[in-house]
Parts: sequence; C-alpha cells; structure tokens
Amino acid sequence: MTIAYLDNNATTRVAPEVLEAMMPFLADRYGNPSSMHSFGGRIRKHVDAARGEVAALIGAEPEEIIFTGCGTESDNAAILSALAANPRRPHIVTTRVEHPAVLGLCKRLEKEKHQVTWLGVDAQGMLDLDEVRRALRDCTGVVSAMYANNETGVVFPVEEIGAAVKAAGAYFHVDAIQAAGKIPLDMRRSTIDYLALSGHKLHAPKGVGALYIRKGTKFTPFIVGGHQEMGRRGGTENVASIVGLGAACALAARHMDEENGRVRRLRDRLEQALLDKAPDARLNGHPERRLPNTANISFSYVEGEAILLRMNELGICASSGSACTSGSLEPSHVLRAMGIPYTAAHGSVRFSLSRYTTDEEVDLVIEKLPPIIRTLRELSPFGRG
Amino acid sequence: MWDYTEKVMDHFLHPRNVGEIADADAVGEVGNLACGDALKLYLKLDAEGRIADAKFQTFGCASAIASASALTEIVKGKTLEEASRITNDDIALHLGGLPKEKMHCSVMGKEALESALANYRGAGPAPKEEGEIVCRCFGVTDAKIARVVRENKLTTPEQVTHYCKAGGGCGNCIPEIQAIIDDVWEKERRKKAAPGAPTARRLTNIQKIQIIQETIEKEIKPALRADGGDIELIDVVGDRVLVAFRGVCAGCPSSGVTITSVVEKKLREFVSPALRVEEVRDDDRVS
Repeated sequence: MTIAYLDNNATTRVAPEVLEAMMPFLADRYGNPSSMHSFGGRIRKHVDAARGEVAALIGAEPEEIIFTGCGTESDNAAILSALAANPRRPHIVTTRVEHPAVLGLCKRLEKEKHQVTWLGVDAQGMLDLDEVRRALRDCTGVVSAMYANNETGVVFPVEEIGAAVKAAGAYFHVDAIQAAGKIPLDMRRSTIDYLALSGHKLHAPKGVGALYIRKGTKFTPFIVGGHQEMGRRGGTENVASIVGLGAACALAARHMDEENGRVRRLRDRLEQALLDKAPDARLNGHPERRLPNTANISFSYVEGEAILLRMNELGICASSGSACTSGSLEPSHVLRAMGIPYTAAHGSVRFSLSRYTTDEEVDLVIEKLPPIIRTLRELSPFGRG
Repeated sequence: MWDYTEKVMDHFLHPRNVGEIADADAVGEVGNLACGDALKLYLKLDAEGRIADAKFQTFGCASAIASASALTEIVKGKTLEEASRITNDDIALHLGGLPKEKMHCSVMGKEALESALANYRGAGPAPKEEGEIVCRCFGVTDAKIARVVRENKLTTPEQVTHYCKAGGGCGNCIPEIQAIIDDVWEKERRKKAAPGAPTARRLTNIQKIQIIQETIEKEIKPALRADGGDIELIDVVGDRVLVAFRGVCAGCPSSGVTITSVVEKKLREFVSPALRVEEVRDDDRVS
C-alpha cells in the first residue's frame, strides 16, 4: 500500500541529500571534534559549516547558534536561561496555545515559584497585542511565544510582540520549531533574543535541535559538562545529525519559494475540496495568517480517532486534536483556547504537507475522506449528513 | 497509537447492528457530544421476553464503536434478567480486551444497557445516575465512581479516570476520587471483618442476631477476655441488644461504661448504627 503522508508537523522524512551528507559521519569519519589528532579534529570544520548553514536560514551569525538534542531542549534552555539571567524578574508571559515543550515547563515553573501570565487567543487563534502589553510588568523576565502553531499553523505577529517585550525590558524567546524552513526568518531585523528550532520538522533526523542566542544575550547552560558549543552546551557533539541539520537548513532555504508556492496551492486545494465535499466542516485557525503547509479542519458529529483509523486503513497519515488521540480525555488545548466548540474539536483533523507531498496524495484524501465522514455520521446519534 | 486487538479493529471497521429500531421496546442513551462519546442502544423483545434485536448508534473513537457493536452481539437472545448481569468486563472480553485507558468505552456500553433496561421497566426516560457530581469536567458523580471502583476492583485515581473519565480534565477532583476509593475499600474491609454485615441491606431478625453474635465473638470478646472478663448475648428485641457480663465484668461498677464505649460502639460499627445495648443482670433474668 502506498502511504499518503500528510503529517509533516509531527515529523518529516529525512531528505535524501541530508542522509547522504550524514552517512560518512556514521561510518568512517567517527572522530571526536574535540580531539587533538587530525582524524578527530578535522570533523570540527563540518560541525562549524553546519552551524553556518543553520545561521544562514534564519539570518543569524554562526556564533549565535548552539546545537541541542531536540526542540524541547532548546525551549527549556532558553526560558530557564532568561530567568537565571534576571533573578529579580521572575514573572513569565506565555500563551495558552504553546507546544508542550513550553507549556509543560511554564506549568512546572508556576508550581515552583514563578508567576505566569497565560495569554488567550481569539476564535481564529490570534493573540491580542493589547493583552500582551497589559501582561508585561516591571518584574517580567521572559516572554515566550511560538512563531507558528503546530496544530493550526497560525502565525503570531512575533515582531509586534517583541517590540512590546523589548520596551518592557524582558527577554523574548520564540519557539520557531514549526516556522523554521517554512517561512522566511531574519534575526538581523528582529526583536527575538532566543529562537528554538528542531531538526526533524525540516527534513533532518530526530534527536537534533538548535538554539539561536542573540549576541550579547546572557546564557546559562542547560546541559552542564564540557567545553563543547563554546561552553554553552556540554556533551560530545552529535556530529552526523548536526551535519544533517545543516544540510536540511541549506535545502530549506533553497526550497522556501516552493514551500510558499506549490505546497501552499496544494494545501489550499485539499482544504477547499474537503470543505466543499463534507457538510458541517469548518476550518480552524486564521485563513491567511497561517503556515503554507497546514490545514486544520473540523468535521462535526464525528470523532477524530475514528476518522484517523479509517484513513489509516487506506494508508493516509494525519493527526487529530480529539480527546482520544491527545492522550488525555479532553480535546486539544489549542482548539479549546480558541473556543472551538467541543463538538467540532473532537472531530478535528490536521493535515500538514511538505515539499515531498504530491498531487496524488492530496487527490487520495479528497476522494477517500468525505465517504469516511459520511459513514461515521451514519453511525452517530448526532447530526445527519 | 493504541494497541487495539484484531477484534476491536474488526468491530470498528465492520460494526454489527448499526442503526435505529423504530418500534423498540427499550431505548438507552448515555454520554454527550461534549464528552467526546455517546451511545444510543435500541432493544426489541420477542414474545418470550428475550432480546430479539439490538441496534446502536455511537459517536466516539474506535473502541467506543467496537464496544457498542460487541454489546449488541452479547445481548441478543438474552432475557432482560440475563442482560442485567452483563458487566463492562464482559464487553471488553468479547473484544479480546481493551487498552486500559479505553476501559471507559466498555463502561459506556454497560451504562447504555442499564439505561435501556431502566427505560423498559419505567417506560420513561432512564433515571440519571444518583449522587453528587465530583468530576465537574465530565459530570461524574460519587455514586458512579464508587460503582466502577467496586465492580472493577480499582485502587488508584488514574484507574478511575481510565474507567469513567473522572479526574481526566482539570484534575482538581483527584483527592476526592482518592477519598471515594479509600471509602469503598474501607467498607469492603469491614464487611469482610463482619461477614454479611452490610448496613444498607434489610436484615431478617435471625440474620441480625447472627451478625451480632459473630461481632461479639470476633470483635468484643477478645478485648474483654484480655481483662479477664466475658460477655454473653441474651436476646435481641428490635434494635435493643440485651447482654450479660461474665467473669470479672459481672458486677463490675464500670460495666456501664464498657457497654457504651466497647460493646455498643462495635455493634453500631459492624451491624447497625441504630442498635442500643442494655445489660441484663442474672437477677433480672430470674424475675
């Protein structure tokens, strides 16, 4: 069975070019970049080249990039570092729709000793800038907001938020894990102090991430150990994956136009066809201010897990914000924060495309999903369609 | 991804007995859209009062659909009496088991069946679960929590969440759930300590005397004997328990205190809070 993979916000395939770039470092070139001998020492320049490629994707200097073990580590390191840099500013501002990498940490900090202001979003998933400004206090140490939402693809007005944060004298951390590689980012013209990204969301392997730390910004290591990463992250470098991340960032920069052209059109076609063919379907998230690859659609009166497993039988991969798939008993915190009715949240399906997504994959979903919705609605005691 | 059995997937992908029965003899309904699952069960009886046909409609995940489908297979051909004995475990077993986080789907099946049976008996809408709401997120009452705890031998709030969702939202009620669990097992423990001493059940006088006798033997005598005393049950008249002291207790000036602090307290705890204990002296008996 061929697989229609429309779950790229969960993870992406490793690009063939990326795998090829990595292979020597998983085979013959296994040296440690910190070694004195040239067999190991020569590896360092590949790590540094990767650092340059990551920096180039987001308009940063290579010295402003450290490699981490994953996106979650990058988020944790940034927020904790910002708080450590300013012990007299223990207040945190973040949003209700963050990824668990930020949400979970802030919840724990709230339990410990930090005050946290949780910003809400409107029905389209957008922040209210006035609410952001009102939340800022003299004791606000860090504001953490995502660039783009992983479930809906909604893109926050990051620079407007950042301007307010800077005026208040706080650090600004941005989780750009879904945005990096999909939309252009430029740290040269930005208010961002820390920015997190993750390898496996942009066609590099799992187990590698990066953190941008603006030059001059204080940083306290999250993983304490050796002198690696200029003393900012202990642990022997994951060389192969770092090289992979560099290659993936270089590729992403080259494909940025395709992402915002062909992929966007493909996404729009999928979205429109599903909204047209299935009654009682609605789009979740702002229709324009969105990543080009993400479509989050709710089908009322049916439940997300049932939709996913029926699609799974046909080789279609997507995800859902329903309670049953979230691992909890309540539907997605993002959709709830947007005030999406539970009836629609339980029946939400997220499709996320990539530059590898084909017309055939999209056609398969357009053909197969509406009958699945119809069948499940025939089973349902609610609604008819 | 859940580790569903082949039978769950089969019932999910090919559900049996989907739909409505227009002239159903009993209709059961549980759950709602907000909760994320709901089940409507229709039963049709034959001339002998057996379930001739069963159909369902479900809003829910794969295991909710499979549980409802399995339920319709299980109930067919059964009398209402037999159907009333079906447990949520029977539904899960019919499917070759469910992931523990999904046991609430089988509980929903059992509840829809109960709702249908109540509907048949009362010919009106099925009565709501009694008790006080404990979990506000999912509207689960203390009575329901106590029931799933007892029926499925649950010991942790996490298990309770898996079986009836309570505690799975904001989590504020988890201490209350723990208290209910403790209460259920404390009561069970007492029942075991004094076999057949449920306070709620109506007892015949002979049963009551028997339980009082057992409680005196197991709970009271050992304490008195430790001090060289003893006690004998003379008679039970309604809620009056007549006892006589023996050994050093007989004629002891503090026997009145022993009656209330030891004997009455134990009997009220193990048998019935309505009991009153009175001492009968041998000279009273003679007269």
